[in-house]
Amino acid sequence: MRKTTLSVAAVATMALLASCSGGTEPEPAASEPAAASSAPAASGSLVVWVDENRQPAVEAAAEDFTAETGVEVETVVKNFEDIRADFLAQVPTGEGPDITIGAHDWLGSLIVNGVVDTIDLGGRESEFEDVAIEAMTYDGQLYGLPYALESVALVRNTELAPEPAPATFDEMVAAAGETDAKLPFVINTAGADGDAYTYYAFQTSFGAPVFVQNEDGSYTTEIGMGGDEGYAYADWLAEQGQAGEGVLSTDWTYDIANQEFSDGNAPYTVAGPWAISTFTDAGVDVAVDPIPSAGGETAAPFVGVQGFYLSAQSENKLVATQFLTNYITTDEAMQALYDADPRLPAFSTTAEAVASDPIVAGFLASAQQGTPMPSIPEMGDVWDHWNAAEASIISGQAKPKAAWDKMLADLDTTLNG
Amino acid sequence: MSTDTTPPPVRESHARTWEGTGWGFAAKLVLMAAVNALGIYVAWSAWTVDQWGVLVGSLALVVVADVVYFSRRRLAGKYIYPGLVFLLVFQVFTMAYTVYVATTNYGTGHNSTQEQAVDALLIQNERPVEDAPTYPLTIVRSGEDVGFAVVDESGQVLVGTAAEPMEAAAGATTDGDRVTGVPGYDVVDLGTLLADPALQEEVLALRVPASQDADDGSYRTREGTRATVYSSSLDWDPDAQTMTDSTTGTVYSADGETGQFVAADGSTLTVGWRVGVGLENFTTAFTNPNYAGPFWKITAWTFAFAFLTVASSFLLGLAIALLFDDKRLRGRRVMRTLFILPYAFPAFLSALLWQGMLNANPDYGIVNSLFFFGARIEWLTDPWLAKLAILGVNLWLTFPYFFLVCTGAMQSLPNELEEAARIDGASRWRHFRAIQLPLLLISTTPLLIASFAFNFNNFVIVYMLTGGGPRFTDTSAPLGHTDILITMIYQISGVQGGSADYGLASALSIIVFLVVGAVSAFAFRRTRKLEEVL
Repeated sequence: MRKTTLSVAAVATMALLASCSGGTEPEPAASEPAAASSAPAASGSLVVWVDENRQPAVEAAAEDFTAETGVEVETVVKNFEDIRADFLAQVPTGEGPDITIGAHDWLGSLIVNGVVDTIDLGGRESEFEDVAIEAMTYDGQLYGLPYALESVALVRNTELAPEPAPATFDEMVAAAGETDAKLPFVINTAGADGDAYTYYAFQTSFGAPVFVQNEDGSYTTEIGMGGDEGYAYADWLAEQGQAGEGVLSTDWTYDIANQEFSDGNAPYTVAGPWAISTFTDAGVDVAVDPIPSAGGETAAPFVGVQGFYLSAQSENKLVATQFLTNYITTDEAMQALYDADPRLPAFSTTAEAVASDPIVAGFLASAQQGTPMPSIPEMGDVWDHWNAAEASIISGQAKPKAAWDKMLADLDTTLNG
Repeated sequence: MSTDTTPPPVRESHARTWEGTGWGFAAKLVLMAAVNALGIYVAWSAWTVDQWGVLVGSLALVVVADVVYFSRRRLAGKYIYPGLVFLLVFQVFTMAYTVYVATTNYGTGHNSTQEQAVDALLIQNERPVEDAPTYPLTIVRSGEDVGFAVVDESGQVLVGTAAEPMEAAAGATTDGDRVTGVPGYDVVDLGTLLADPALQEEVLALRVPASQDADDGSYRTREGTRATVYSSSLDWDPDAQTMTDSTTGTVYSADGETGQFVAADGSTLTVGWRVGVGLENFTTAFTNPNYAGPFWKITAWTFAFAFLTVASSFLLGLAIALLFDDKRLRGRRVMRTLFILPYAFPAFLSALLWQGMLNANPDYGIVNSLFFFGARIEWLTDPWLAKLAILGVNLWLTFPYFFLVCTGAMQSLPNELEEAARIDGASRWRHFRAIQLPLLLISTTPLLIASFAFNFNNFVIVYMLTGGGPRFTDTSAPLGHTDILITMIYQISGVQGGSADYGLASALSIIVFLVVGAVSAFAFRRTRKLEEVL
């Protein structure tokens, strides 16, 4: 680290010598602190990885920062899908950014790979939604600055179903049956791949969380989907699936589910805020309700949290932390992030400010009823097996208990070697 | 050379001559300066990140370049050198690096060096003391020492350095909650701090003990304006290579075999580092029951897939080319263009479209609704039908290429041969089998082999159409009936999420490389034989 400073100083000295060949003595290189003054003295720069949507907001926050501190902020636009793998690969080589935007469920792998630093909000944790801080916390330490929440909720076509959605899944299907819509309900199943993420609220309503939770809501590495609760959920999937009632189907992909709902073929769907514009563009008036319970308990969807991570190998940690805690954690910057890419704000005052929109309020209510998606490293290994098991049960290709047992056995092999 | 004979006039190379305008030499100097600058820039960058291999390599390349281009001899070298450099940088280096990764445990939890793992573990285990308040902080200096000055709840100023625990400072002045002066210290303002990277490092590394008792923790700051009391539960001893958990007393020692800190009871710390594991990854690929079974099935399917794709698309392309070679056919030009269309679509887009069209539900899947009378056919979820679907879609994508190639090759065949055959009374079929096909094969066999090698690693079609599914039911690995070796490697590498194992993935790619290499070598020998026969 020191080496860079040295070499930069050496280059600067050489450049000065070259330019000062006229005879004037070059000033001493930058190692001497500039005379104490309040005027910003430019030094170094921060590199922030950000996706295209959120770049303008980060740049806006960076403008103030640069004006006040003289530190340039360089935003590097990356595909959101690539950021996690690139961050993991590049931080150890010293090529990574100082700060990156990311999702909270990356946290586990960022931690075991040792690429992320902790963040000290200096007691300002209470200014954020609880679930957001909870999600970014791992083993008692805060590792990211949360700024947005996202979760799925029940979206209702107000023309077909003007009444707020019933509290249980069966009542909802019954209510849908009274309309003349082709389908009672659509949900993304990702084709034959399965989509345990979107289905998760139904699973929690049977009391079968993906991992067993401690009392404080943090996750252990023990699978919580086994036991009678898990089997009950598997049975329910089979009952509602293609070999049963036919309410659920693996024929639906994300596009097909959205299309059916947009065409008015189903009064209800489970979707995230990201799909709302698809529906409203198609001329459907929507309302957002909490997800009805299928198994009796509260249907808690996964809450994803978006935030900023600080690289463990950053050479500008102090400046980067300064930027995050004093320039991103402000009403203006949080509002700008919301305007640039509308996701539910994790910063409470911003959340209140935008909750006047009933759709935002609906998603916020759903998120507040949800649980953070586990950020333990094991979570990344669960999806494949979990999705496949659900899809095979819904399609009727596998018996629910057999498929569920195979999934549990596979997870045991994958997680415990 | 004797002195009494005049040497024959030797024409100087343009690159050396100073005669005339001298532009040749000047241009060469500029080019070589640019090459040298680039090489030195790379070496410099490598130095700043401690990459000695790259440093030595780039310097060597620059020196050799200078020797080759400024020497009078080495004419051959002047032509070969650029090609050799590209070969070294883009092929040999990549291969060598893959081999290196294959002998390490690089992957989730073993992502970097031991030094960085230690850093990360210390970061993760140093945390704010519970309910510790946050104090407004001012950085102060006394000579070389950097210290912290904070204002506590009662408005009292505390000051301390790494060597001297926090103590009340008599005679300090404050402005609100900011310290403006402490006797014996200079106050460093924020602007100065932010302008000085070296000072920032010092401030970040500074721990000011809260009291004489080490268990009380120490003050530290993360961003220069606030300080909190932290305590660390891990102590790193670089000489003994051990981490000691100060709350439980457990000693974790560095294990160079596995790249982890291991305690006596076998428990490990979260972050590990990269170490060499020899050939373990290669044996895992064949012996781990999770991978070994699927590995052979996937290898067999990979060969079948590549062979069937090439065979079917070549035959179809050839058949259509023959058809359109018949001059009695009307509208040949339009038809030819239509047949080439699939070739013009990006493969990944076509695969996605086909995935939608092959939806089992005839309401959504146009294939079932148009061609199978609305029957429900599970194109993508039945193991055999999924394989058929992949072959079919790939046929649709690939046959236009062979159609083009065969059309071109056929038009280059001399007409006389056909006439001679006809005069000799050969049938159309005989003419095709004995004359046209062998001549065609000479020019198309290399393309067939190349196409085989391409399809052997045809990631896009499998990934986009079936994602490797439907899954095997007899293994815990997330692999499926339509996975080919390259998608299996992708799955194991963990790039798309889940736990990554780059070491194992590299070992597998080396195996695939050997297989493809062997097949190509064998096939090229066969091609040569084919040419000898004729």
